[in-house]
Amino acid sequence: MHSTERRRATRTRRLVGIAAVMSSAVLMVAACSSTGGAPEDNGSGDGGAGNAGTPTKTVAMITHEVPGDSFWDLIRKGAEMAAKKDNIKLQYSSDPEAPNQANLVQTAIDSKVDGIALTLAKPDAMAPAVKKAIDAGIPVVAFNSGYDNWKQMGVQQYFGQDETLAGKTAGERLTKDGRKKVLCVIQEQGQIALESRCAGVKQGFTGGGFEILNVNSKDMPSVEATMTAKLQQDPSIDTVVTLGAPIAQTAVQSKGNAGSNAEIVTFDTNAALVPLIQNGDVKWAIDQQPYLQGYLAIDSLWLYMTNGNTIGGGQAVLTGPAFIDESNIDAVAEYAKSGTR
Amino acid sequence: MSTQTDLDLSTHKVVTDERVKRQKPLQRLLVRPEIGALVGAIAIFIFFCIVAAPFRTPEALATILYASSTIGIMACGVAVLMIGGEFDLSTGVAVTFSSLAASMLAYNLHLNVWLGAVLALVLALAVGFFNGYLVMKTKIPSFLITLSTFLMLTGINLAVTKLVTGQVATPSISDMQGFDSAQKVFASSFNVLGVSVRITVVWWILFTLVATWVLMRTRIGNWIFAVGGGQESARAVGVPVTKVKIGMFMFVGFCAWFVGMHLLFAFDTVQSGQGVGNEFFYIIAAVVGGCLLTGGYGTAVGAAIGAFIFGMVNQGIVYAGWNPDWFKFFMGAMLLFAVIANNSFRNYAAKR
Repeated sequence: MHSTERRRATRTRRLVGIAAVMSSAVLMVAACSSTGGAPEDNGSGDGGAGNAGTPTKTVAMITHEVPGDSFWDLIRKGAEMAAKKDNIKLQYSSDPEAPNQANLVQTAIDSKVDGIALTLAKPDAMAPAVKKAIDAGIPVVAFNSGYDNWKQMGVQQYFGQDETLAGKTAGERLTKDGRKKVLCVIQEQGQIALESRCAGVKQGFTGGGFEILNVNSKDMPSVEATMTAKLQQDPSIDTVVTLGAPIAQTAVQSKGNAGSNAEIVTFDTNAALVPLIQNGDVKWAIDQQPYLQGYLAIDSLWLYMTNGNTIGGGQAVLTGPAFIDESNIDAVAEYAKSGTR
Repeated sequence: MSTQTDLDLSTHKVVTDERVKRQKPLQRLLVRPEIGALVGAIAIFIFFCIVAAPFRTPEALATILYASSTIGIMACGVAVLMIGGEFDLSTGVAVTFSSLAASMLAYNLHLNVWLGAVLALVLALAVGFFNGYLVMKTKIPSFLITLSTFLMLTGINLAVTKLVTGQVATPSISDMQGFDSAQKVFASSFNVLGVSVRITVVWWILFTLVATWVLMRTRIGNWIFAVGGGQESARAVGVPVTKVKIGMFMFVGFCAWFVGMHLLFAFDTVQSGQGVGNEFFYIIAAVVGGCLLTGGYGTAVGAAIGAFIFGMVNQGIVYAGWNPDWFKFFMGAMLLFAVIANNSFRNYAAKR
């Protein structure tokens, strides 16, 4: 009995302690209002698009998104915007593993959607499911990846960039700029789109040496350390090509650590990259306009379903590569801040 | 059992008894859990010094130490937990969880970032408490409980971030009050003989020393070894098993918070998909450093050496300029080498 009582007493004391900590935290919350932070008044960033008066259709969007990556967020925003405007019910799903992604296509067929928009990162694994969808009479469009395969798979339209071509364009610009030694950083080893970008850079860059470095994008400190190590190991590297905006940000720090003079260029953009391009830490970015890819994929299905149109007339519609550098960054900055570029 | 030769019958004095015989100092050193890892680390260090010229510079050492330190701080907590016989698979995403929480709380509530960090600490400890409490109450293996936590945290990281910020990465907080001082604490660098060293290295060493002291010199340390060796017998001799285990999980939560703060103040925006898979690196570091997967055996120093091996291999491959397609293979082979060296060394030393 005695011990139970004592235990109860300690528990009460502990509860009081927790309550005290909590309430003091709340008090501090009330007391602290500092600079920075969220804007006090959130204006609507919807862009105020109109609404099509057409009947509601259901479209499935199925991607190989790696969850939580800022690039895919832009694709989804574009798709959601188009869906809202076109009176389309958007069913978004994703899985980085190709067999699972193919299963999601089957799920969409089973639920009798009116259209499917998908990415073809691993075309071979997706082909049977895509064929089934087409056989079921569902219009299928592809975006973002699958430039080389979409046509033979019977997919009706494609929006994206040719990754190899984009890489080549980047490589050619580096040759023109007189760079001597290029390091291409792959943040997800074995990912086809990323490997083709680097392969493209290698093709386009004829001005000197070329090397690939693999890093693990799930672990930023190791990304930073690995790039630092590489720049220390080979001081002749004068250009670092990263394949995603967050990696470019980290490359800027690695460059500082290693005391290197290398120039950093990147593929893809996000809000945090804008000031880095403005102040010259990142020389330029190749933009494939992911927002546009998501938007067009949905909007094209709407056009097809309501008016029988196909954008591109059977040819791929390229959304990139476009360069963003100090000459045009200001035009992009505003949209990047609101999270659509 | 004493033998005739140990007894000097004329004086009726027992000269030695083998049960209390002093071991030779060298042998005592050799049977320590971390010694195999140490030998492995030295071997790998020498190896890379030979094959990779830039590896020999002090700048390279600073880079390697940095890469090791963020793994090492977590490995310290994970090692303590493993010595106590438990396992945590949620550590990788728990790091991301803490930095996301600190960033979003500070940003959206207009707090001083230090306060955001403190609130995130409360949440991180709560996650640790949740893990520990469930493991003790349900008696389900920690592997399963923390696997569930891992998945839940991964989901929370993504969903809440999107819900709150409208995108998958947190907004920059570098212009907010307290950022500069917090950055000094969690993510600054200082110069040693002209080489810039990251502050996480200091924290890593400090964490390891404190954990070592607690494990070796305090009653709590005794308790941790006891619950790891045998939970029921520990309970029978009066060790507060539940409290010790929950405490260990909360310590892991604390370490995750600390690394999370480093992430936040070093990179100032955090992507919500980060951290998945890192839990294995922490466990690898602890195991390479001599912690047994079954509990009751291991040291914090060993985990630090394990993390150092990991950092060395990781960056050494880059310094050596090897074909990057083989990167993961080299890493696996090196780690395998370290674990086997560690293991055979221990067996060899134990037999002597």
